[in-house]
Amino acid sequence: MADTYIKHKYEPILPKKDEWPVVKLSKSRKDFIRKVADAGKRSVLEITGENMDLLREELETTLYREKLRMKQNPWAVDPDDEKEFWGKVKSSLVHLSAEGSLTKTQKKKKYLEILDDISMRYAEEIASNFIHTHYKVTRRIVTFGFSRLLNAARVKGFKSIFSNQFSLQDKIQIVGETDQIRDLASKGTIVMVPTHFSNLDSILIGWIISVLGLPPFIYGAGLNLFNISIFSYFMNALGAYKVDRRKKNLIYLETLKTYSSEALQFGVHSLFFPGGTRSRSGMIEKKLKLGLLSTAVEAQRANFERGEDDVSGKIFIVPVTINYHFVLEAPSLIQEHLALTGQERYYKESDEFSTSYKISKFLVKFFTKGSDISVSVGKALDVLGNYVDNEGNSIDRNGRKIDTKDYFLYNGKVTVDAQREEEYTYHLGKRIVEEFHKINRVFSSHLVAFTAFQMIKRENKKLDLYNLLRLPEEDVVLIYHEFKEECQKVLNIIQELEAESKVQIAPHMKSDIDSIIDHGLANVGMYHAKRPLVKNSMGNIETQDLNLLYYYHNRLHGYDLEKLF
Amino acid sequence: MTSKNSSKEKSVGVVGMGSFGTAIANILSEKSKVIAYVRRAEVVDEINQKHTVDGAAINPEIFATQDPEYLCKSCNTIFFMVPSSAFQEVIRSFSPFLYPYHLIIHGTKGLCLNLPKGKTLEEMGKISRENILTMSEVIMKETVVVRVGCLAGPNLARELYLGQPGATVVASKYNEVILEGQRLLRTDKFQVYGNSDIVGVELSGVLKNIIAIAAGALAGMGLGENAKGLLISRGMVELVYLGNALGGSLKSFIGLAGIGDLVATCNSTLSRNYTVGFRLAKGEKLDDILDTMEEVAEGVNTIKLMKAFVEGTGKRAPITENLYKVLFEDLKIEEALQYLMKYPFSVDVDFL
Repeated sequence: MADTYIKHKYEPILPKKDEWPVVKLSKSRKDFIRKVADAGKRSVLEITGENMDLLREELETTLYREKLRMKQNPWAVDPDDEKEFWGKVKSSLVHLSAEGSLTKTQKKKKYLEILDDISMRYAEEIASNFIHTHYKVTRRIVTFGFSRLLNAARVKGFKSIFSNQFSLQDKIQIVGETDQIRDLASKGTIVMVPTHFSNLDSILIGWIISVLGLPPFIYGAGLNLFNISIFSYFMNALGAYKVDRRKKNLIYLETLKTYSSEALQFGVHSLFFPGGTRSRSGMIEKKLKLGLLSTAVEAQRANFERGEDDVSGKIFIVPVTINYHFVLEAPSLIQEHLALTGQERYYKESDEFSTSYKISKFLVKFFTKGSDISVSVGKALDVLGNYVDNEGNSIDRNGRKIDTKDYFLYNGKVTVDAQREEEYTYHLGKRIVEEFHKINRVFSSHLVAFTAFQMIKRENKKLDLYNLLRLPEEDVVLIYHEFKEECQKVLNIIQELEAESKVQIAPHMKSDIDSIIDHGLANVGMYHAKRPLVKNSMGNIETQDLNLLYYYHNRLHGYDLEKLF
Repeated sequence: MTSKNSSKEKSVGVVGMGSFGTAIANILSEKSKVIAYVRRAEVVDEINQKHTVDGAAINPEIFATQDPEYLCKSCNTIFFMVPSSAFQEVIRSFSPFLYPYHLIIHGTKGLCLNLPKGKTLEEMGKISRENILTMSEVIMKETVVVRVGCLAGPNLARELYLGQPGATVVASKYNEVILEGQRLLRTDKFQVYGNSDIVGVELSGVLKNIIAIAAGALAGMGLGENAKGLLISRGMVELVYLGNALGGSLKSFIGLAGIGDLVATCNSTLSRNYTVGFRLAKGEKLDDILDTMEEVAEGVNTIKLMKAFVEGTGKRAPITENLYKVLFEDLKIEEALQYLMKYPFSVDVDFL
């Protein structure tokens, strides 16, 4: 199963678009936003414990931070009436604190009104704007356009433009539990949690979802991406709601979480990138951002609370890994990672995805030159991280059916316990990371990058990581036959791990070691100006960029393979 | 309480009626209906007919059973009070009947080995953290129950049984487990504290047993209070270092379950671990001592495990290492003591 790539296109599980949860949601958009704002407001009030002074403080902090943001970090996507809105909030707050004649209850009412205005504005801002016609167009562009490009590149000759010999699925391979996710999507609500390495991921996942015949998922996308027109169009079409990382105030965060939770309760399939942002280091995410994940646990409990005990009220977590030979943003990501971890003082921020032009150029490169991507879909989990069968039943380690609802019971009743749910979320996060490692697919490029970097590290034992990365590239040469030997050793262990279902291996790794190495060298970070690994004229292995080598090497971090060196 | 109410309210389960289990069952029975699980049929009969355990009277309301399924069905909250050597086996026999709605609190102050299949501790020699399981980790590994807590503190079973004032710590990552423990256990004479560092609290109870054996040995040699003061404070340092290496936090070690329990056990002839040390110092052989003891002295097994762990991590733990030699390699206690006196401790407290 794990070895066969899924090549056929699935029939949609819900052929009529009116049945799509996301369409239902967009039809009742107005009511839904009201609901989100109300629920967000409630949770802010809960946190401030109905204490008016605390609430006033929150309002004032929010105002202060928003004003600061508008001044210091304005973006193209910011609405024009922002200044006006916050100006109004300010005058209401000033007015209120100066007002002496109001009674306590009157004042409380006024503060609640301000909170309501802000929550509504945020909910409105976050809400996705799914338009079905845009979705159809986008899907056609992606599938049609990409496969044209692909065929033009691979089949020579003038007629190639019209050839259908290669489809997008030759390029992007889908493996894993695709039937299960289809089954479950028609029964309950799916939360897909993919690894995140590249900005390409969201479009890729959007396409995968459509290939699998699933209705569109909604997902939170960084508002910064909406600055770029091409992305903005795609994102809106794919059902993205907006996450503004500049806004860290309580009201915004609560509204955001509520949005996700309410959408899940509505039955809309969702996509979370649980790492929060792209992995800077190239490692598989180890620490997940639990904020959004907690909304899955919360929504599940809320469904149980309402008595939705059957599978229709169940939430399924589906881990997905996206495996690349090449990540366009790798150079800037790893720079940022190294800068963040403290050692490299100066770095240039250069975002390869900063303009539509650059992205288009990348896409053309990608589709004309090859560099396969595989997407592995993992087994579905319940919100506690138990596997579920195709009927949606949770199964414990001993193969016994269990009821997820039991986790939320105290003395036989579903109870709300924020602290408990926090622990559950933490636990779920750990389970997702475990699953990521199991469904991760090892590529030839990962193998060569890992082995080469570890060999260089071993030869320079005395250097710490940062000094190691500062080695002059021209001084680093690995003798081919030694390199080959080490690659074989690493490969052997990886094969053992695969036998224990602790990792997966791409089919191109099934040939002899020389071919695997050649394949790896040809593919690892293939479009970077400086290549992480190359063979020199003597047939030995060199690197042109140690940072990049480190980045691609990191993909195999977390399997304890380092002990071989 | 009306009969209607009590039929609705579920019972509380106690698994294992050793001296600590019996004491806890008695305390629990002040507020709740208690169902006790014991393995041997004659003990079931003794509890249900004579209302005694080993001849000592218990609350006649306590009902005993040999049937794990019945107990699991009748109780939402279950206290596991079995020695670490039997813990895994007992948990496994309960596992098919446990569901995620159960809350489990255990009172076992020992560790379990978690070795790769077919290996023994002797073959491994050195072990690391993942080869050691605390009891809560055993529960999490063997069952679907996640809301797990532990009970630790200066709780000499005999004193609890007599109803003397005391206190305990209920530790769990889940507030609701702590609150449930407090709700069920708290009486006028029994104070219950909460702690969220469950591993730290478990380790406190486990590691203090090592020092308790040493304290017994000092007393057996006829040494006085100065020596005991020295031992307790150096023992504390060792406990903190080992405990940190195993993932517990300092705060728990200096709390009731750490210092509190350490002081109680090091001064008490009621403590089993203390007795082992005492009799060793009087010249008895370990095997003979263990053969004649009615209940398990957890410290002996703990010393074995911790010695292998210390070797695996390259740390030093002089008290543990020397006790190991005394217990298993026929080192004379006097020599071990002399070694400790010469050991170059230079700093008094360096962990705060």
